[in-house]
Amino acid sequence: MSLPSNDVMAALAATRFGLGARPGEIDAAKSDPRGFLTAQIRPEGADQPLGGEGSAQRLAEVSDYQMQKRDAKTAGDPKTPAVKDADKALRDQVGDDFLARARLGANTDAGFRERWALFWANHFTVSSTSLGVASVADPFEREAIRPHVFGRFEDLLVASSTHPAMLMYLDQAQSVGPDSKTAQYRRKTANKAGGLNENLAREIMELHTVGVGAGYSQADVTEFARAMTGFSVGRAQDPSPHQFLFRANAHEPGARTVMGKRYPQEGQAQALAVMRDLAASPHTARHVSTKLAAHFVSDTPPPALVARLEKTYLDTGGRLDEMARALVAAPEAWDPAPAKFKTPYEFAISTWRAVGAEPSAIGKLAPVLTGLGQKPFSPPSPKGWDDQAQTWCAPDALIKRLRFSEGFAAVVADRLDPNAFAQSALGARLTPPVAKAVARAETRREAMALLLMSPEFQRR
Amino acid sequence: MNAPFSPQVSRRSLLQRAAGLGVTVSFLGGSAFAVADGAMARRKMVVIICRGGMDGLTVSPPVGDPDYAALRGDVAVAPDKALKLDGTFGLHPALESVHALALKGQARIAPAIASPDRARSHFEAQDVLETGAAQVYGVNTGWLNRTLEVMGPSKVEALSVGATAPLILRGKVQAASWSPGKGVDETARLPTLLQDLYKADPMMGRAFARGLETEAMAQQAMTALNPAPTPVSTDAASMAPKAMWQNAVNTSTATPQGMAPPAMASGPQAIAAQRQGREAARQLGSTLAGFMTQAGGPRIAAISLDGWDTHAGQVGQLNTRLSYLDAVLDGLNTGLGAEWSNTVVVAATEFGRTARVNGTGGTDHGTGSTALVLGGGLKTGGIIGDWPTLKQEALFENRDVRPTLDMRGLFKGVLAEHMGVDRAALDAKVFPDSADAKAVTGLV
Repeated sequence: MSLPSNDVMAALAATRFGLGARPGEIDAAKSDPRGFLTAQIRPEGADQPLGGEGSAQRLAEVSDYQMQKRDAKTAGDPKTPAVKDADKALRDQVGDDFLARARLGANTDAGFRERWALFWANHFTVSSTSLGVASVADPFEREAIRPHVFGRFEDLLVASSTHPAMLMYLDQAQSVGPDSKTAQYRRKTANKAGGLNENLAREIMELHTVGVGAGYSQADVTEFARAMTGFSVGRAQDPSPHQFLFRANAHEPGARTVMGKRYPQEGQAQALAVMRDLAASPHTARHVSTKLAAHFVSDTPPPALVARLEKTYLDTGGRLDEMARALVAAPEAWDPAPAKFKTPYEFAISTWRAVGAEPSAIGKLAPVLTGLGQKPFSPPSPKGWDDQAQTWCAPDALIKRLRFSEGFAAVVADRLDPNAFAQSALGARLTPPVAKAVARAETRREAMALLLMSPEFQRR
Repeated sequence: MNAPFSPQVSRRSLLQRAAGLGVTVSFLGGSAFAVADGAMARRKMVVIICRGGMDGLTVSPPVGDPDYAALRGDVAVAPDKALKLDGTFGLHPALESVHALALKGQARIAPAIASPDRARSHFEAQDVLETGAAQVYGVNTGWLNRTLEVMGPSKVEALSVGATAPLILRGKVQAASWSPGKGVDETARLPTLLQDLYKADPMMGRAFARGLETEAMAQQAMTALNPAPTPVSTDAASMAPKAMWQNAVNTSTATPQGMAPPAMASGPQAIAAQRQGREAARQLGSTLAGFMTQAGGPRIAAISLDGWDTHAGQVGQLNTRLSYLDAVLDGLNTGLGAEWSNTVVVAATEFGRTARVNGTGGTDHGTGSTALVLGGGLKTGGIIGDWPTLKQEALFENRDVRPTLDMRGLFKGVLAEHMGVDRAALDAKVFPDSADAKAVTGLV
């Protein structure tokens, strides 16, 4: 497979691997497009958005707020100004988190590194199903995802599966072994045992690691769920308040068998051993490689590319930095035909990048994304956001993208040279019909809206 | 809140709120289809997909089944709260409109139904439900779309309301989509220039052209309707980030360990939020009816209702979701008016939930669940399919309601008897290799 010219590769490096070209970015990548990308891979992981507190701090605030609300309710008026202010403050923080993350995406010189981090954040999805989870959606990415995206997959899996956000989102924090000390005590005292919740165990197997085709059964899911009992989040009075806490008393005693292998370990070592084996499974290598190739290159990724990534995963023990290098090295990833249709977030971020700007306020950004079907921090299920063209290239979505593009152009186009803008945004990917349409537009605004809505800009 | 606004604007804002609650509508069918063949040409079908695994034992609690109360514990519907259907079954108290229809013989339940999939994976089971295939990855188009292929003629169109099209509608027949927002003037210069550029990208070209047509149709649907009743929010308020986060929180009442229920989950605020949600869901139903009653309007529609995955704290969560489902159905029924007698609605889910309550006040992924079948032209009858009971030996894999009816058989029954679709095509094309899943008879 022969590679396209350096000019085309530079445009692909910024738009397909990255988050869209900022002014000058494609020029910067021209001398060595692959080196431009591999230079963004670094052991310390992805960049961190500015500001923001840790998840323990956030959960403490949520806990305080809920106590305050309970007290107010007991006193007769649940809607005191103080309660309302606390509620607003918590919600505003989530909005600030999302804005900071979008600004990082708009401003970073390392677009590939940020796309790589977003891919893994979406692979290990949490969604705002409660105020608690919404408050730690961004801290989850900062603490569990971003530091590990160029490390080992297993470390990422463990970090995600032990983070309060994931433990709360998929109900693991409350799961209690049916024969554990906690359950026995509750049966005696409260006539209520509590019990197993298999939600997180199932999604780890199905979505995070081996995938549906791996041949595991309901019994395997239940056994893994038993092994995971005790993985919880500390309460205010616990030794690690609002952080990961292993509750030994809630752990189901005894050995477990998952996918044919026996796990005699006690305590949290048991579930960690299962996770280690899941991470090392060839099914996981296949699942993760297919998903990466489909995200970066094509909805129907070339089998040769998947095979390369899979081999890298197995050869390196799931080293994600090596996976990133293998992706950049693969000739199949540089097919000049743009096969991927941008998601709403990618589209919005790439428009800001194209003009070298950043979103000004969450009140402007959030309604746009929600209208396009991608509400901030709210993927529809643990599977995360879809990234297939069939999902996003829908009639209504295109009409909404057009409205957004017109509005965006109305604000920024008048200070830009449309032809230079088209060049800096798409480089050698700019096709003659689009260049011509831009050049012939009646106004700068029309030129810019046309460019943003062109197939070349909507795809990557 | 007090700013003057047109009925259209307030209706749009209500629909936006519905989208925020995880309710979206899709529909199919166009003018050529509508003039097809005589009386059958007025027949309409709506499929409501309840995503996340809807708990049949809460939708239609078998309060007369001797094992129900013990299996369900704290999440059981009390016998005196259930809306009585017969000696065994009731409906959840939130399903008031459904119950009123059932008393008139216009709503029935299939209490032990499942798709052929047994993996208990949301994504796999939803794929099977929407593709109509016998197993996952069998086909990659939706069975509603293939229904239109089979029925022809070729001008039939598919339309989905919501930013994206669900799998059940995808396929050869071009799907359109629409959701509330500012209008676009299709005669303006920019859309025309873009259609020119999209000649090189047929996927975008088709989608964009359909988007422009649909926008025009939506204008017509919304002006044809009565003005919306008391609006609950302005356009701006429903789009503001605060409202967005409130919506995110409202949809779940899961209670993380060591924390009080999330904001808005209980108390007067929650009740107000639920009332607004119901109103938005009702408007969604009546707006869909507005599309469907137009001359040349769609005859087949799909609605997605999210939020049924109740692993924890399911009592409150299902109370809210079922009240929305009831409101959508009420809006459809009311909005369709005389056309209700030409319409069949099926509400179904990808799988049911465990027969036993779990340790966290919820239930885990199961198998058999309840489907609701509604319509003005239904024949009267008891439950659809057999009730396997909840005896321990009757449970599927000692944990779930045992399915006695294949979901495809129910859909095929409606398509054959109500929509007049060719039976051989149903067995082979719409639901491939489904001859074993016999079409349910005697529905209409």
